[in-house]
Amino acid sequence: MSGGVDSSTVAAMLRAEGHDVIGLTMQLWNQRRLAGHEGMPEQVTGRCCSLDDVYDARRVAEHIGIPYYVVNHEERFERDVVRPFVAEYLSGRTPIPCSLCNNHLKFDQLLVVAQQIGADSVATGHYARVEYDDARGRWLLKRPADRSKDQTYFLFGLTQEQLSRTLFPLGGMTKPEVRERAREHGLALAEKPDSQEICFVPGGDYKRFIDAYLAESGEALPDTAGELMTASGEVIGAHSGIHNFTVGQRKGLGVATGSPLYVIQINGADKQVVVGGDEHLYSRTLRARRINLISVDDLREPMRVSVKIRHRHEAATAVLEKVGGDEILVSFDEPQRAITPGQAAVFYEDDIVVGGGWIV
Amino acid sequence: MVEMMRRIYLDNNATTPVLPEVLEAMHPYFGENFGNASSIHHHGQETRAAVERARDSVASLLGCRPAEIVFTSGGTEGDNLAIAGLAGAGNHIITSGVEHHAVLHAYKHLEETGCEVTFVPVDGRGLVDPEDVRRALRPNTKLISIMMANNETGVLQPVDEIGKIAAEADIYFHTDAVQAASKVPIDVRRIGCDVLSISGHKMHAPQGVGALYVRRGTQLQPLFYGGRHERSRRAGTENVPGIVGLGKAAELAMQGFECGDDKKISGLRNRLERGILAQVDEAGVNGEGAPRVPNTAGIYFDHIEGEPMVISLDLKGLAVSTGAACSSGAIEPSHVLTAMGLRADRARASIRFSLGKQNTAEDIDFALALVPETVARLREISPVYKRAAISS
Repeated sequence: MSGGVDSSTVAAMLRAEGHDVIGLTMQLWNQRRLAGHEGMPEQVTGRCCSLDDVYDARRVAEHIGIPYYVVNHEERFERDVVRPFVAEYLSGRTPIPCSLCNNHLKFDQLLVVAQQIGADSVATGHYARVEYDDARGRWLLKRPADRSKDQTYFLFGLTQEQLSRTLFPLGGMTKPEVRERAREHGLALAEKPDSQEICFVPGGDYKRFIDAYLAESGEALPDTAGELMTASGEVIGAHSGIHNFTVGQRKGLGVATGSPLYVIQINGADKQVVVGGDEHLYSRTLRARRINLISVDDLREPMRVSVKIRHRHEAATAVLEKVGGDEILVSFDEPQRAITPGQAAVFYEDDIVVGGGWIV
Repeated sequence: MVEMMRRIYLDNNATTPVLPEVLEAMHPYFGENFGNASSIHHHGQETRAAVERARDSVASLLGCRPAEIVFTSGGTEGDNLAIAGLAGAGNHIITSGVEHHAVLHAYKHLEETGCEVTFVPVDGRGLVDPEDVRRALRPNTKLISIMMANNETGVLQPVDEIGKIAAEADIYFHTDAVQAASKVPIDVRRIGCDVLSISGHKMHAPQGVGALYVRRGTQLQPLFYGGRHERSRRAGTENVPGIVGLGKAAELAMQGFECGDDKKISGLRNRLERGILAQVDEAGVNGEGAPRVPNTAGIYFDHIEGEPMVISLDLKGLAVSTGAACSSGAIEPSHVLTAMGLRADRARASIRFSLGKQNTAEDIDFALALVPETVARLREISPVYKRAAISS
């Protein structure tokens, strides 16, 4: 229970259906920890794990009459989400902390807690569907009824064991319907706005967060400055640090040319940022590693699917081909713009999530 | 259906239920005897008399003069008033690493204002060595503050000896006796302290009231500015019902010592400890071998985590605690157990059982039936435990 509308409504619905519900909030990050450091805002309110959100979740639990506990997973969150997040940026990749959190915290540690305290399943407010397919003998992850809220992109890492103990009660509902249910259950937070940003990065300013985090840990910010160059290898300037860039970025390059320039590649090892015209952003293939397959147990032969390369991407048709023990080659029918290392490639067959991996 | 569950409360170091006699004594002061104790009329005289009777009782409990008692809102205020009221910029303070946050965070503030603080260590049992206190003395040492009993382990510090060191050096000695009051007899003259804080709700009086013993002649800088209540040491209209409750609880505590309540509670606590350790292997008592208050059993259970243990027990009706709760209610690793040198996993695997006057032998039976099976279940699903079992 994050203290938001979705998980609160899930708790109220399950309680009303007569389930024996226990409310849990994961304390993942101390929002006060970096407040005021290195230009971070002094005041932090209204984000995940903030006192305001825990207060809201606690009031919902009390309102619907369920026991409620806050469980502390700050150490694990820092180790498995925050540090990799920082390391990925410093290596020139663009990470997705929400997927890491789902894989390592919400559907790992939370399931452990559930088992420890004697609960059969974990229900969350994610917009996705999970169901068992008799024919395949596998648990399936499917896109939700409300496509605009689809969160399956962040859930591709769920294993069969995790899916078998997970409930997504909002999978068949739209967000307006969820708010309506929240109102029906008398939840005071029915109109609370959705959270958008990365929960531990205030205002979405990840560069300032990295500065503040490293300074607080007593670690020097590694020198990631280097050359700015063109696709043909010509050095046209210097850049402030590879972690300040992401593939597809146009602003803040510090060079003036006649036609618009974009970051088309970041070479972490050489600290080079490669820029080029829009046409250079398109690519027909990508490679993904650390693969998790859901609807199939293996990729024995090439498979036609649709692939999402970022959360807000219209899935594009492609063929998957296994090219190593834990690597997949994705060949798109049409070139895709700004394929970004560090993001996930998630494979779909209609509504069904086939699996996914991390773009390298 | 949740309401039907039998609930046993073994978290009396967090707070205690108000005893029926205490509630009864307080009752008139919410209604017919409502006067402001500072008023000159009949109503004020009635409540003034009640406040002073309560002051007599609290003074008797602590072995001091009534005029040496200042009523406060509780332990945190008493600790803050004692520390900030006696020390400031340019002063040096000696304390320990196992103090309550009400003390530790007061130092954090004082350090920012130019006060120096030395934290003397504790040994594996949680005990301060008085000689360490003596060695930490400096020419500008103004205050020694060492707690009497620890909230997590119940370990009793050698406050008498520390009091002698303070007296010889002619510096102030404060002891946080919040977890000691009503559990062990307290005599401020014997301890030789100048200031001692207690809290009502840890001794079966209500939350929101406490008292500070301030030795006659000790100049305290007050925390609040206002009227001349409590001999100008604590401004603000007295919390009369709370003070009356604290007075009654002090009387009951003294009667309790006479009729052996502390022996009864230590008997129950020992049965709980021995019963758990007989049924659960790879477990032990935090503070074993040190003198402890009669009601507290801090027990570590290797290969489990305290957090799911506390939740599991609560879901079955047994209220206990672990560590200290942070503002969200999540559990933080205990600074007390860490200061005692406990391994991090053991500090996380520690559960505090603390008894009160209301607890019975049946309550202990309930805990003894529930705790071993819960530990066994948690170990059964713990990958760490399985690895340890295979390798041994």
